[in-house]
Amino acid sequence: MLDACGVGSAEELFAHLPEAVRLNRPLALAAGVSEYEIVDYFRARAAENAHGYASFLGAGVYNHYRPVLVDTVVSRGEFLTSYTPYQAEISQGTLTTIFEFQTMLCQLTGMDVANASMYDGSTAVPEAAMMAVRATGKGKVLAAKSLHPEYREVLRTYARYQGMPVDEFGYLEDAGTLDLEDLESKMDDFTAAVIVQSPNFFGIVDQVKQAAEIAHRRGALLVVVFTEAVSLGLVAPPADADIVAGELQSFAISPSYGGPFAGIVATKEKFLRQMPGRLVGQTVDSKGNRAFCLTLSTREQHIRREKATSNICTNQALIALMATVFMTVYGKLGLRELAAQNLAKAHYLAGQVKPRFTGAFFNEFVAGSEGKSPEEINKALLKKKIVGGLPLGRFYPELADCMLLCATEMSRRGEMDAVAAAFGHAVTQVPEQPGAEVLA
Amino acid sequence: MSKVRSHLSQNEALLFERSSPGKKAYQLPGLDVPEVDAAAALGAENVRAEIQGFPEVSEVEAIRHFTRLSTWNYAIDYGMYPLGSCTMKYNPRINELVARIEGLAWAHPYQPEALAQGCMAVMERLETALLEITGMDAVTLQPAAGAHGELTGILLIRALLEKKGNPRKKILIPDSAHGTNPATAAIAGYAVENIKSSQTGVLDVGALEQLVTPDVAALMVTNPNTLGVFEENIIQAAEILHKKGAMLYMDGANMNALVGIARPGDFGVDVMHLNLHKTFSTPHGGGGPGAGPVAVKKALEPFLPTPRLKRSGKKLAWDYKRKYSIGRVRAFYGNFGVLVRALAYILAHGGPGLRNATLDAVLNANYIRRQLEPYYDLPYNSPNMHEVVFSDERQSKLGVRTGDLAKRLIDYGFHPYTVSFPLIVHGALMIEPTETESQRELDEFVEAMIAIAKEVETDPGMVKNAPYGTRTSRVDEVGAARKPVLRWKPA
Repeated sequence: MLDACGVGSAEELFAHLPEAVRLNRPLALAAGVSEYEIVDYFRARAAENAHGYASFLGAGVYNHYRPVLVDTVVSRGEFLTSYTPYQAEISQGTLTTIFEFQTMLCQLTGMDVANASMYDGSTAVPEAAMMAVRATGKGKVLAAKSLHPEYREVLRTYARYQGMPVDEFGYLEDAGTLDLEDLESKMDDFTAAVIVQSPNFFGIVDQVKQAAEIAHRRGALLVVVFTEAVSLGLVAPPADADIVAGELQSFAISPSYGGPFAGIVATKEKFLRQMPGRLVGQTVDSKGNRAFCLTLSTREQHIRREKATSNICTNQALIALMATVFMTVYGKLGLRELAAQNLAKAHYLAGQVKPRFTGAFFNEFVAGSEGKSPEEINKALLKKKIVGGLPLGRFYPELADCMLLCATEMSRRGEMDAVAAAFGHAVTQVPEQPGAEVLA
Repeated sequence: MSKVRSHLSQNEALLFERSSPGKKAYQLPGLDVPEVDAAAALGAENVRAEIQGFPEVSEVEAIRHFTRLSTWNYAIDYGMYPLGSCTMKYNPRINELVARIEGLAWAHPYQPEALAQGCMAVMERLETALLEITGMDAVTLQPAAGAHGELTGILLIRALLEKKGNPRKKILIPDSAHGTNPATAAIAGYAVENIKSSQTGVLDVGALEQLVTPDVAALMVTNPNTLGVFEENIIQAAEILHKKGAMLYMDGANMNALVGIARPGDFGVDVMHLNLHKTFSTPHGGGGPGAGPVAVKKALEPFLPTPRLKRSGKKLAWDYKRKYSIGRVRAFYGNFGVLVRALAYILAHGGPGLRNATLDAVLNANYIRRQLEPYYDLPYNSPNMHEVVFSDERQSKLGVRTGDLAKRLIDYGFHPYTVSFPLIVHGALMIEPTETESQRELDEFVEAMIAIAKEVETDPGMVKNAPYGTRTSRVDEVGAARKPVLRWKPA
């Protein structure tokens, strides 16, 4: 090959680089190591993390069981090592699964169209806000304080340089639901979007319909955000929303210290042209067979450049495939049963520790710590190899004496009882259920 | 066609068409707590009816479904992916294994820092390696992909300029740039001004000198550029910008040509992003996930997204108190699972291995150039690095365009090269082999490209209707856009 290139060494191919740009020393990185040593290194790091702990953390990242089929499918080289499906003739596998993904997200959310994925839920929120700005020709965004605090931070970062003022409205002190009066008072004719989360950051199924009415009366769009996708198995879909922005981590995507996850944006048909991100559409090939391809790409950066609806290019295709396999495995019956189990577990736990808010919740809730600090309670739990809830003072100073607790189908009764004990409550006796021995 | 011969592929309906009522592929353990009546707990109005149309299939149906569909894809594991500027290299499986180690894969982002030291140590080690590779002073691992990194980088520039009193109005972008560059500038609130490339396909420093006015915030360049040509005047360009208070942003999409050879930090770059799913081999997964770390010079460090990784003695911690930060660009800390894979790649190669990879990548691209130059028009004669761009100048005279040649390449068992990009080349064929292809695979590719060039001369009509060997023939993309069908509905 060197001969064919007319050089004596590969280095000569760099001869045209100006001397001043060259690195005239080896990189200060150790020599390469074997597979065995790499595994060893990462196992050692994993051992420095929580190992074998039960956890009651939720807050946007949930511990759900990952069916074995998920990794079986996404480990296939045809999915794992393929490129973005621009060449439809040799990408029908990926394209078909994305079409199924889009369909299932519509079925779940009650929207007409869903995109092929965004980076995550947090970045889907500003994308949805910018979409509302384009669709309404207005500029202001009102976000609920009960929207995930880190999502609100991301929204502010994106909004800062776009002439998109972001204001926030509160939640009711007793119920933990939206303060609709506060929302109403902050609405004006310049408001493009009202952004709410349901179940909200406190786990409460919120007043989406009422928020929609308020938003629509002033010509704004309602963006409904979800972080706990499993809730969609049981909780009414946000059909009153104009745009749904969500996080699918709950669908067999491992917590992985915060990523990679997969976000989505879904909407009503009439806002289709304002959608960010890739879309797969159905078509035919030259022989008339059903086929799929990326479509409506005149919205996207590689065609429209600075006039694109978003700058997103690479998204989270493989992670969206995990969610697709998860939705297939659980299916119509399983997702409901899974959601019902989450509801039951969280309500069992809540029965032991007393929720701070009165609003109806799905699988997480805020617990007041009654005399002890959340940090003290967590410290006691760590000794029992349990990671407790998320202390809320960091995000909500007014809730500094509270923590956010989450229970899923993975939470065992004994561990929940241990949480109750750490709060200083005697465990309420409830009859044992069949199947308890399986989890014991 | 030495690489392929046809074999049967299975037909497969959509999940929704395969469903039968009551079928399931899941098991859940029995509940160890009392059941809860959903209507009582949530309010009847908050409980949904059944999910209309959702799949109902058995486990074996589920796995056959996805396995059959998978065989309709081309993938790196089948062969070369000569996509220019996409750097489709082999994805080592060890990286997949380590990303799934339980203590890493199941780490919750809010678990106490004392119980997340392993994750943080992985991130710290990756940061250190990326800084050595780029020659920059600080790096954030938070951005989720290249375009996300671009946005982060431009926001950093904006924040610094704003602090100095004037954020300025424009970003200069060469006409050879990726589409994400102008789209990003617009989202960061900047106007875009295009710069024409010189006749040799590089930045025109004279033109740049004229264009850098007090309104210009930054120049966004890709180096090597999308022609695969190293921007030889990069240091002068940086000087011109810096003299007028503007900054140099580098799109790191083509870092595969530079690792171990030259460092952006040493040639005047102020901010850059890396694509870990390109240069550092994390799998593309059919379009993601990626990771787009952003590396900066010291002056920009105070503005990096929160939180920042901080070491004090033996402990790592997250620092949230950062007065000048642009804020978060994403929840939590980044695509951690992708970062694990990239670090595994760096550890496996080590410093010398990374440099060798660069040498091989550039050698492979030059080999292809030499072999194909007699058959395809080479619009820019400058020395190329890791990719080479031809044009369809000769073939289009016979009515065959780059897109047609690409589709014919599929019949020879290869994924097409990047078609019609960069835009400055009329009818571009942009080819990047990467270092992981052997001479045998390259020779088969060259053989295919030469055979196609000959077919164009003897039977252009045939080439225009390719591919023939795929289970799906040429797809009607115009029809798809005219009447969008974006979800399945029952007939």
